[in-house]
Amino acid sequence: MSRFYTKDHEWIDVDGDTGTVGITDYAQSQLGDITFVELPAAGQAVSKGDGVSVVDSVKAASDVYTPVSGKVAEVNGALESEPELVNADAENKGWLFKVTLADSGELGGLMDRAAYDAYVAEL
Amino acid sequence: MRYLPLTPSDRSAMLATIGAGSLDDLFVDVPAEARLAGLVPGLPLHASEMAVDRHMSALAAKNVDAGSVPFFLGAGAYRHHVPASVDHLIQRGEFLTSYTPYQPEIAQGTLQVLFEFQTQVARLFGTDIANASMYDGSTACWEAVAMAGRVTKRSRAVLCRGLHPHYVATIRTMAQFTGDTVDCRNPRLEPLPDIAGVIDAIDGETSCVVVQYPDILGRVTDLAPIAGAAHAMGALLIVVVTEPVALGMLEAPGNLGADIVVGEGQSLGVGLQFGGPYLGLFGCNEKFVRQMPGRLCGETVDADGKRGFVLTLSTREQHIRREKATSNICTNSGLCALAFSIHMTLLGGEGLARLARLNHARAQAAAARLAQVPGVRVLNETFFNEFTLVLPRDAGAVVEKLAERYVLGGVPLARLYPGVSELGTGLLVTATETTSLEDIEALAIALQEVLA
Amino acid sequence: MSAVNPSGWRPKQGAAAPGQPSETASGDRGLSLEEPLIFELAAPGDFGAKCGVDFDEPDTDPSPSLARFLRKAPPALPGLTEPETVRHYTRLSRQNYAIDLGPFPLGSCTMKHNPRLNEKMARLPGFADIHPLQPHATVRGAYEAMAQLADWLTRLTGMATVALTPKAGAHGELCGLLCIRAAQVAKGDARSVVLVPESAHGTNPATAAFAGYRVENIPATADGRVDLAALKARLGPDVAGVMITNPNTCGLFEREMKAISDAVHAAGGYVYCDGANFNAIVGKVRPGDLGIDAMHINLHKTFSTPHGGGGPGSGPVVLSAALAPFAPLPFVTRQADGSVRLIEEADAPADHPQTFGRMCAFHGQMGMYTRALTYILSHGADGLRQVAEDAVLNANYVLRSLDDVLDAPFAASGPCMHEALFSDAGLAEGFTTLDIAKGLIDEGFHPMTVYFPLVVHGAMLVEPTETESKAGLDRFIASMRSLAARAKTGDELLKSAPHFAPRRRLDETQAARRPVLAWRGDVAASD
Repeated sequence: MSRFYTKDHEWIDVDGDTGTVGITDYAQSQLGDITFVELPAAGQAVSKGDGVSVVDSVKAASDVYTPVSGKVAEVNGALESEPELVNADAENKGWLFKVTLADSGELGGLMDRAAYDAYVAEL
Repeated sequence: MRYLPLTPSDRSAMLATIGAGSLDDLFVDVPAEARLAGLVPGLPLHASEMAVDRHMSALAAKNVDAGSVPFFLGAGAYRHHVPASVDHLIQRGEFLTSYTPYQPEIAQGTLQVLFEFQTQVARLFGTDIANASMYDGSTACWEAVAMAGRVTKRSRAVLCRGLHPHYVATIRTMAQFTGDTVDCRNPRLEPLPDIAGVIDAIDGETSCVVVQYPDILGRVTDLAPIAGAAHAMGALLIVVVTEPVALGMLEAPGNLGADIVVGEGQSLGVGLQFGGPYLGLFGCNEKFVRQMPGRLCGETVDADGKRGFVLTLSTREQHIRREKATSNICTNSGLCALAFSIHMTLLGGEGLARLARLNHARAQAAAARLAQVPGVRVLNETFFNEFTLVLPRDAGAVVEKLAERYVLGGVPLARLYPGVSELGTGLLVTATETTSLEDIEALAIALQEVLA
Repeated sequence: MSAVNPSGWRPKQGAAAPGQPSETASGDRGLSLEEPLIFELAAPGDFGAKCGVDFDEPDTDPSPSLARFLRKAPPALPGLTEPETVRHYTRLSRQNYAIDLGPFPLGSCTMKHNPRLNEKMARLPGFADIHPLQPHATVRGAYEAMAQLADWLTRLTGMATVALTPKAGAHGELCGLLCIRAAQVAKGDARSVVLVPESAHGTNPATAAFAGYRVENIPATADGRVDLAALKARLGPDVAGVMITNPNTCGLFEREMKAISDAVHAAGGYVYCDGANFNAIVGKVRPGDLGIDAMHINLHKTFSTPHGGGGPGSGPVVLSAALAPFAPLPFVTRQADGSVRLIEEADAPADHPQTFGRMCAFHGQMGMYTRALTYILSHGADGLRQVAEDAVLNANYVLRSLDDVLDAPFAASGPCMHEALFSDAGLAEGFTTLDIAKGLIDEGFHPMTVYFPLVVHGAMLVEPTETESKAGLDRFIASMRSLAARAKTGDELLKSAPHFAPRRRLDETQAARRPVLAWRGDVAASD
């Protein structure tokens, strides 16, 4: 399993043809207390770069863009009652949705951890 | 000028602090050609309080106010007695001259009122929740249609024939620009609303069915079968209440399957005011809360653990989500919501029920008496405080003649449906607790004279 | 101990300072009065025990035909007698800040004094107790009042006509955009994009989207104004128009407004002006002279109708000759003989055939028209001009009295208009605009607008309005200087302000995560 990052601060874990997507710990720290997560519908077809989920804090609503195209396989239902999971554990229990990848070639343009850390350090 | 506290010496001292030579120097960024050298031409100069009072009072005196004559108008704006304490309390400067409660530490008065108001509206409507108000009933109705589109991801609205034509027109105006389609036809002069027609119009593309309760002709619609048909097709039922006093007697729409209930709250606390400002009421099922328009007030605690209230779920709103907001509404009807809430607190649920029974009794008395006027027929099989008379001739001309006799006899349907000849003989008559038996007798006699 | 209300609700009390009493039996502290909810004031389980209204008894039973529609039980809402009601709301009112108590310098909101004559005039029965569908002959005075207001608004703005009906500023924006859309559709030239500067009020993009347009941002120049070159570059056959606020939300006049208008017109578009800031220029500048096609006027800002804790507002839209034919119904016009007509649906096909339709029931916010007309007549042409001059003078006085202690991003680009913009740059690490705002509460002032416009980090937008005296401004300035000093030296007490308000900072996260939007005390009790 390997993990990639985007410049919009999403992460994706890829296992076979399934990618699990969330926002990075850096992103949650910038957003502050997360109050609500709007999730896509399971089965929904998505294209790389679509805003498919929204993470709300008290004073902001931020779109989450899918890093890959495909079909939404599963969403993290626990976030409906506990959106604070994204604050507590953004890169693990706070995952947002899983996508069945249409084209694993799309992963090529993403960053690895070291590249993402360097990117964040520049911000 | 009595509203401007700066004195000439203040102005000089302030200009010195700023480092400007004159007031005009402060407008240096306005291009010279756009700056007016003198006063806007053709307008009078300032006036004393006494002079303005005289001018405005003279204008007001040219109107025939409802309290001075037998009065029977309704059609979405109702005359009720507003207790004196309501108008006194809304003029408390702390309510009247405060702003939207964005700083909750110093706005708990307004916020607690909104929380109480939301609860009152939700309980009146039989919905889980309600918002902190919209502009009026008609705009709340469009917002409900738009919200149903977001919830169902469909864009075809079915409107009952008995929906207030101004509400229909408001929806049609907006739908032109959003691409929604609207299915609506004019009402017919029949004793009961057309339920089968509404149900037949629902299809798999329908986002919502909009039913007014009681309807524009005063008839009461059986909501349950429409709710069943709408839900079977995946559409939402929106119920519109233009006379909230009716809900003192009639079952709450939320208890009959409505998903969204909107209304005009003017009847309680607000007064006629020639059509505005009024008060849009908006309640719905809690599961739709993220799709609701308008402000919401919620309970929380402060840093000491004390209970307090804040505006919440603001990420739905324009000041945060901008072009992705659920609505563009910002200023709403806060002070009217306060008036409504105070009036409702004075009444309580039991008081509202008594008020409703009294309204209905006066309307029954009016219907019975007017039915005795030769040539006049009461259309409705059911009504609350408003019913439709069918006259032997054009109701518009009859109303003008009644007005010449200082009787404001009702709303001719022709005013609401111009050019619709089959409705031309319809006269909408409303009686409330403010209508006396003498008023009813005066209308009956005047109507008989005019029709003779 | 006896309960303060039948439900037993009482406020929690914070820890007291050493040597101070920590708690009272009532929960109140002198004139700091706590107040339960109405649901807690009524007798538990017997909401119908009291009523504050006396009625005649109905003399007949409900019609049998209604029997199947009747509700099983009255709404579960408490009733209170008049003395209890008056006390409840009066006690609550004391937890609100208000213009009547002190300066309310909310930028962009124009919180000026609300003259009481306005209230008295609006309550004349000839205005307050008339029905919108009365026969025309019985409401001539109302139509005349509407027409007089319309005359003033069109003359003050130099525009062709005015659509009175919109119910607030955002509703007015919608009206303006619908006029633009109708005008372009009439020419067979429907367009899809509206351009909005990044500094705009949130209502602008929300309105454009609500009206079915795609929204694109126009960048600003470094001096806080619309970038004319970028705007020109973006104009084209898909652009329906632009929405510009002038004076803009940075408190600056758009110097190139006429050039902007000319460029938009040349590209077939229309210019919408957000008139929220008209108070800065009323009587000094006519938007019609700048090529504006539509502008809403917030009667609750420039023309002093009360904000009422969040409305009602009123947003008449003045229109250029190009857009006038498309104004919504009903539409007030003055005839050649001086009489006034209200054009409704019946007469529209003949007399106002290109109208885009109706935006709301009835005729708009009459109660606000009478208040605004009263205010306008009180000031007259001379007083209104003085309003703009004093509003701008007061804002510049605040700007120059604080720009040595607070960052003022556009102070170097000349005088401001009616509002002064500051930012939180230069405060101690960890101190923000929010701390200044909450500190102002302890100082006895309402905070300024914060974090708006979005183009300035940590923005603080101060709009004193013309109804503040110099002495009042000096007190405000002294408080701001004190707060700036505390925020620069890292006074930790400021981070937990307010300390002296009816409530301390509220937990907005909890409110949003687990929303409690209605009282359900009785439901929980019966579960």
